[in-house]
Amino acid sequence: MTTRPISDSIILRSEHLGRVVGDRILVEDVNFDVRVGEVMAVVGPSGSGKSSLLRLLNRLDEPTSGTVFVQGTDYRQIPPRELRRKLGLVTQRPFLFPGTVVENLRFGPEQRGETLSQDSLEDLLARVGLKGYAARNVANLSGGEAQRVSVSRTLANHPLVLLLDEPTSALDETSKSGVESLLQEIIDDQGITCVLVTHDTAQAARLAQRALVLESGRVKRAGSAREVLHA
Amino acid sequence: MLNLIVHNQLYLGLAQAVVAASMAMAVVMLARWREIHLEGEAIIAMIRGLVQIVAVGSLLLLLLHGPRWTSVFLLAGMIVAAGATSGRRAKDMPGAFRVSTWAIACGAGSVITLMTWLGVIDNALTSLVPVGSMLIANAMNTNGLALNRFRSDILAHAGEVETALALGADARHSVAPYAQASFEASLIPALDSLRSLGIVWIPGLMAGMLLSGARPVYAAIYQFVVLAMIFAASGLTSLVSTLLIRGRIFSSAQQLLLQPGRSPV
Repeated sequence: MTTRPISDSIILRSEHLGRVVGDRILVEDVNFDVRVGEVMAVVGPSGSGKSSLLRLLNRLDEPTSGTVFVQGTDYRQIPPRELRRKLGLVTQRPFLFPGTVVENLRFGPEQRGETLSQDSLEDLLARVGLKGYAARNVANLSGGEAQRVSVSRTLANHPLVLLLDEPTSALDETSKSGVESLLQEIIDDQGITCVLVTHDTAQAARLAQRALVLESGRVKRAGSAREVLHA
Repeated sequence: MLNLIVHNQLYLGLAQAVVAASMAMAVVMLARWREIHLEGEAIIAMIRGLVQIVAVGSLLLLLLHGPRWTSVFLLAGMIVAAGATSGRRAKDMPGAFRVSTWAIACGAGSVITLMTWLGVIDNALTSLVPVGSMLIANAMNTNGLALNRFRSDILAHAGEVETALALGADARHSVAPYAQASFEASLIPALDSLRSLGIVWIPGLMAGMLLSGARPVYAAIYQFVVLAMIFAASGLTSLVSTLLIRGRIFSSAQQLLLQPGRSPV
């Protein structure tokens, strides 16, 4: 578990957040605060609503109850494109766009009419341990490398909060430990706020200060990672 | 052989229909042997097609002596029917019927109007309705292909689309590659028809013109004219259709509604 100073200011707040589709409850009455610089893990078994919760936070799905506040603003008041840039999502599978690594990294800033400078590109690649990969075709990357590009692509948007959806679960053991170390470095060096969804409680304990246990879409336990994950 | 046995033209037509339908059913049974079940859809489509064409043929017979403006209503009715038919090909896509009808109206409708005004299509009912219906039918097929391809691509690439959205892309931009691929794929039949004209097939319209006494060179040139109009109508339809549908698969908050295993809400 990382021990870093955490600001008291709340950057992300979920209030009675829920989503029901037909008669299926995906997420129900989820409440939490995430402070600046904090890493909060969301753990739980498959189908417990972890990924559904993350989709709601990124507003890829619409809540049927409750809402989310980003820096005190109800996220329904924030244009979806701006919101999604602020809450950068890294998915379980990297879903890289056909082309080169650099084209993938440029994608986010280009959506705002910005161009990544060469220095920024090199810095981003260095941060994820992929120096010299800029011109590589993404079709030729390993699973671990692809996930690193995916993390880097999200970081290129300078998000306020990083939403990590099982970022290592689709990887083999070697790649998994490499990507986890990378995340640890990013968290430690940049102090970026994260919401980490994982079914791996050991990983949650290594990376997060606080944890939330979901079961059937509801919060079963919440608190410090040490208390919650060892309960 | 049939014409040696049956001399009455109506009965001959029915006998030919039975033989052709039997051939189609044989193919359906062959597909069934491969565990591909088309029986229900094929039987309904054949009965429906036969009834419709006989009904329209009879109606045309009545309308041939009617005023020219009736062709506008006939063609408008065909456009709506074509919209409903090709809209059904993408039934789980929100607003597929409306999108299809608008697209066919814009594509086929505008080409028919412009070509009639320019004198490329004769405004006589006997010419305008058959040629117009050819353009509408082809626009319908193209639209069905475009929507079907777009739907499958989005379902297969929902992850990529949502990744683009999550990176701050505009909803329409996030599906642009799939809309483009659908447009291109939907035009393959029209392009191939143009390419193979006269080599692989000699369309019925040309045969009809020759039978009615037109000069062979004019009949051939006019066949090209019809196929070029079909290409224009189909292309415009597909363009409008893929433009309209890509806005319909997202919510107002730019959330992808068309997802695998999820009915659009």
